[in-house]
Amino acid sequence: MIRLEKRAEPSQLWSLLTPVVAVITTMIAGGLLFAALGKNPFVAIRTIFYDPLFGEFAFYYRPQLLVKGGPLILIAIGLSLGFRAGIWNIGAEGQYIIGALCGAGAGLALYPMESVLIFPLMILCGLLGGMLWAMIPAILKLKFGTNEILVSLMLVYVAEQLLASMSLGLLKNPEGFGFPGSRNLQDYPSAHNAELIAGTGMHWGVLTAFIAVIFAYVLLKKHMLGFNIRLTGEAPRAARFGGVNPNRLILFCMGASGALAGLAGLFEVAGPAGQVSIDFNVGYGFTAIIVAFLGRLHPVGILLAGLLMALTYIGGDIAQSSLSLPSAAIQVFQGMLLFFLLAFDVLTNFRIRLAVKGAA
Amino acid sequence: MDLSAINPVLLVASLMVAATPLLLAAIGELVVEKAGVLNLGVEGMMIIGAICGFAIAVETTSPALGILAAMLGGAVLSLLFAFLTQVALANQVASGLALTLFGLGLSALLGQSYVGIKPPAMAKLNIPVLSDLPIVGPILFSHDPVLYIGLAIIAATWAVLKFTRAGLILRAVGENHEAAHALGYNVVRVRILAILFGGACAGLGGAYISLIRVPQWTEGMTAGVGWIALALVVFASWKPWRVLLGAYLFGGLTVLQLNLQAAGIPIPVEYLAMSPYLITILVLVIMSADKSGAPASLGRIFHASQ
Repeated sequence: MIRLEKRAEPSQLWSLLTPVVAVITTMIAGGLLFAALGKNPFVAIRTIFYDPLFGEFAFYYRPQLLVKGGPLILIAIGLSLGFRAGIWNIGAEGQYIIGALCGAGAGLALYPMESVLIFPLMILCGLLGGMLWAMIPAILKLKFGTNEILVSLMLVYVAEQLLASMSLGLLKNPEGFGFPGSRNLQDYPSAHNAELIAGTGMHWGVLTAFIAVIFAYVLLKKHMLGFNIRLTGEAPRAARFGGVNPNRLILFCMGASGALAGLAGLFEVAGPAGQVSIDFNVGYGFTAIIVAFLGRLHPVGILLAGLLMALTYIGGDIAQSSLSLPSAAIQVFQGMLLFFLLAFDVLTNFRIRLAVKGAA
Repeated sequence: MDLSAINPVLLVASLMVAATPLLLAAIGELVVEKAGVLNLGVEGMMIIGAICGFAIAVETTSPALGILAAMLGGAVLSLLFAFLTQVALANQVASGLALTLFGLGLSALLGQSYVGIKPPAMAKLNIPVLSDLPIVGPILFSHDPVLYIGLAIIAATWAVLKFTRAGLILRAVGENHEAAHALGYNVVRVRILAILFGGACAGLGGAYISLIRVPQWTEGMTAGVGWIALALVVFASWKPWRVLLGAYLFGGLTVLQLNLQAAGIPIPVEYLAMSPYLITILVLVIMSADKSGAPASLGRIFHASQ
């Protein structure tokens, strides 16, 4: 009979080991899935995890790692702050869309003016857009006690409809021959989020993501606010006795995660995506939730997890074209990763003991 | 705009159809939450139910087998959640999200070869005399059987929770799991059974969308109904009959919105389409002040450690 015994202290070792074990288990389970789909599992796993980094065309794929990892890391860093304090913003996808709409809207409104101030203005608008969108669930929670999970998620669907409306209406390219979608910001130098160093995939969004990692690390390790966030998550009652204001914490965590998601949306729409179109969002806001957990809600962990998840996106694309592996298989793969992670996490807080039935 | 094109009898009849998936998913989640578990994976279980039901109905040409497969599919997926939260003691919010993300991916994978196919139709109930009655006939007596099963589940849930010993144990586990454990009830077993019931109901609701309401398969076709069902449980203050009321109100609004689109109301389609989500938020705002109906142990992890 297997029995769980609570550890006096969470195990440091298992806390670090869990993500690794989860990734390996997911590879095995994923291999079985690919085999069930009639693909050679070893080739599939190699195509996803090895080829983008060291394969024949790695020079093309490596920059993609930063392009795809940047937004994931940026969003996940914001989410992790709230998740640590038990504040669940799961509507990052919506905040990402609104950030992109506000930022791109500001840029498109000034077209065809050229000025160095346009891009900073767009960044500001993207940040504010995402933040305000996230403030809706935060303020409703404070004022009326609504559940932020449900409200933030409902707002994703609202944001998607707004995106459709904007790309078919207000922001539609007047010279686009009636096709949906805005002007391409890549053709508008003042608004283009271009690569900082050609050929590396490094753009302003990736740089911002790295800065966010450092800021989050310092905040959680050295700053009172970071301490309060951790305290609220681990011992809510103690936090209240300690004078932590839960309302301010909710506003901060929701606002910060919304702002970062909005930034991610703006950098994407002004850079790699280029234009506001009905389906420019590809679910980074949801995948970032997996990234945040896989990174153990720790800034450095999130950095690594974001890059790994970016790798599965790129590898998934390659496997889709070379092995005709369905794109949904990668989505399943990412979902499995979160499952295994949560399952193995039990080892951090509990010890598994084999006990004779009835003896205990 | 031509409002006279909207036929009130058809409106009410289609309202009941629109409300049924929501009603099924919400009553399942109500039971889960009454047992003290918050399963945010409703959307994932619904979409898995939708594709399982669709695939089996197409392969066997039997809608009834499809419906059964959908319930089984939803329950199997919920078993994953039960394992994570009840055995591995994982965080319920994170596990529920994982279930939804995984379910959406898996359904897309399973459904690839079913896009654009028409499923076998489910026969409508046709009661002589009653179904032919004017107004009452089309509204009450000429629907598919699953709609009536949904109503029966509501009534049964209400009766079981209120009058039976099993219902009492379920509520005790949800209100205070330590006390229930001390009394000798197996908290984990009760919760796993509740989660399975919730999964089967959500799967059934999903299949209702793909087999009866739409009826076809498209990726992500549940479009947030699972999340709205979660909000509906809050709206209902964890009371079965109010789930019915809420689902019909909501179904009515959805159908009205679609009818207004068809009637050519001068509001852009996108703004009408976002209305169900905005209304859900509004409902949450109005109903969230009173949390007295919520089970006291909702979302808390139980481990019988001494």
